[in-house]
Amino acid sequence: MDFKNTEDWLFEITPKNRFFSLNFKEIWQYRDLLMLFVKRDIITVYKQTVLGPLWYLIQPLFTSITFTIIFNNVAGIKTGSVPPFLFNLAGIMVWNYFTACLNGTSDTFKSNAGIFGKVYFPRIITPLSIVISNLVKFGIQFFIFVIFYIFFYFQGVDLGLNPTILFFPILIAFMGILGLGLGMLVSSMVTKYRDLNNLVTFGIQLLMYVSAVMYPMELIKEKLPRLGWIVQYNPLAYVIETSRYMLLNIGNISVLGLVYTMTVTLVVFFIGLLVFNRTEKSFIDTV
Amino acid sequence: MKDIILKAENISKQYRLGEVGTGTLKHDFNRWWHQIRGKENPYLKIGDTNDRSTKGNSDYVWALQDINFEVERGEVLGIIGKNGAGKSTLLKILSKVTAPTTGSIKSRGRIASLLEVGTGFNGEMTGRENIFLNGAILGMTKKEITSKLDEIIEFSGCGRYIDTPVKRYSSGMTVRLAFAVAAFLEPEILVVDEVLAVGDAEFQKKAIGKMQDISRGEGRTVLFVSHNLAAVKQLCTRGIVLEHGLIKFEGGIDEALDVYNSNLDDLVTEAAWSIDKAPGNLNAKITSVKLMSEDQRFLIENEISVEVEYVNLLENQKINCSISIFDDQNNYVLASPNLERRFLEKGRYKSTCIVPKDFLNKGKYYFTVILVGNNFEIIAQLDKIVSVDLDEEGIHRKDYFGYWGGIVRPYLKWENNKVEL
Repeated sequence: MDFKNTEDWLFEITPKNRFFSLNFKEIWQYRDLLMLFVKRDIITVYKQTVLGPLWYLIQPLFTSITFTIIFNNVAGIKTGSVPPFLFNLAGIMVWNYFTACLNGTSDTFKSNAGIFGKVYFPRIITPLSIVISNLVKFGIQFFIFVIFYIFFYFQGVDLGLNPTILFFPILIAFMGILGLGLGMLVSSMVTKYRDLNNLVTFGIQLLMYVSAVMYPMELIKEKLPRLGWIVQYNPLAYVIETSRYMLLNIGNISVLGLVYTMTVTLVVFFIGLLVFNRTEKSFIDTV
Repeated sequence: MKDIILKAENISKQYRLGEVGTGTLKHDFNRWWHQIRGKENPYLKIGDTNDRSTKGNSDYVWALQDINFEVERGEVLGIIGKNGAGKSTLLKILSKVTAPTTGSIKSRGRIASLLEVGTGFNGEMTGRENIFLNGAILGMTKKEITSKLDEIIEFSGCGRYIDTPVKRYSSGMTVRLAFAVAAFLEPEILVVDEVLAVGDAEFQKKAIGKMQDISRGEGRTVLFVSHNLAAVKQLCTRGIVLEHGLIKFEGGIDEALDVYNSNLDDLVTEAAWSIDKAPGNLNAKITSVKLMSEDQRFLIENEISVEVEYVNLLENQKINCSISIFDDQNNYVLASPNLERRFLEKGRYKSTCIVPKDFLNKGKYYFTVILVGNNFEIIAQLDKIVSVDLDEEGIHRKDYFGYWGGIVRPYLKWENNKVEL
């Protein structure tokens, strides 16, 4: 093959990415890097700690206990036939996965500026690895949920399994994609405007209260009919409500709500990807 | 037919100076507003060439401007230039870390960069884990790394510590390990920046040898940026000299190094005054001080002459010059007064002091010139008026490329004899 005098180049470096470009082939070439990043994220978290991966369990357990005492025992929120502790644990587990993904990915550019400034690899590998390593963390938390589920079941609590549980992994996948999309969006904008970081930190705290984590969605419509729309328009609330429906067989499943959630997720993800793509080429000049 | 593997066309890179604040938002908005109306980016027009010492009058600066070059397959191209000339920016663009503002680079081969080795190392992970992680960051697959693992460990010389977390490594060991990983990359084009600045002499030699193997033995293309001119000379076949973001010279490496050497503008090799402004008093004045060397190449292997011109304004007075040399740490290297004093007539004089070859070390030296009168009183003292950054041909180095310390570096005689017992 004679490509010496043709314009047959292997690749070209140009000022801007095309409007939308996600080079799957390239990401596939770097799949080993993705897995090594996941491994690194998991290994380094518990190196030189006494309790190691137990920290993944302590946080949701204590939060659930606190929520149970405050919201159920003091404030008197009813959770139907399901023990409040299990109700809270399910919500917190799913919520945690979302916040871990968002928090982890939202400073992708800032915390990796050192390495991004030296070598090229598809930048999306980094946020992707965070979403995957958090999935491992979520798995550990899910395991402890199962243990409590069995415990309460043998205590004679009426816990029905819902067949829709088969779709639970898809629901979690959407939660991850939403976290990834938002995270990419934030991380891209943070490179220029640091203010966003503060917004995210306290925004997440506030968001939890309107995401039906510690109360059933029905309750807010009943108690606060005028503000209920905030929760109803929050895609996260549907994910959490639906996962409780799948895992504990309480609450409602709203097909319309889920379609809405998935649409929002995909839109956010593609906008995030778009902005991320535009940023990755020149962020090193502004970070 | 030339086999061009890499081609840069009109590469320019603009940076914004100053802090990112409210002004940025306004500029961003303005840029966007121009863009949606289909107009040109308003901030691309302004901007000065990149010169650190003079203050530009706009917030934007061109780190690189209209860079065009071609690299042939198997060539080792040296990119030289002073700090801030745009070398690192060019390498960043080549290694896809940042995008050019305008222009494009076309390549027929994979580019891997080796910019300041050791980036991406995780202190908590062991040497072995880091080899995999770093290899993957540089674009290798797990399979490729596994097949070369033994060679990498062998080359790094860190075999004993390979299962110890990297945070317990000395900095030298980290560099060795990182270079070892990168040395076994197999891209068609390798971009190398300042790797030889670290590591001990033995390892530097090993690293240079490996890079020669890569370029000559395996026929791969290398783009090499370094301040170690001896290494550049040794390795490269062609050179590009960058100055203020522009290509000043492109051609053979020897000529490129000459261009670079003759062109150090924060150092002054010459100072001259008109008679009315010349430093001195009513008895005498210094009119010029010049550093001269063969072809104006300031090398430690060349003689350097300090030429002082002065005017004697009185009849029959004894005046003489004295020079003092300081290094860049302000160490007083030496003083050389001219003590053969004669009575001089009125008129212009030139005194030349010759600093022998193979005497000063590599680096910057500053020359102070003093004009002394009849009773050894000082007529004029010009502190560090001229300066030079000495480089080396490296002829005495043979095959040693490492650190050669000392304020001076005279070439002393050695005798080696076998001792019979």
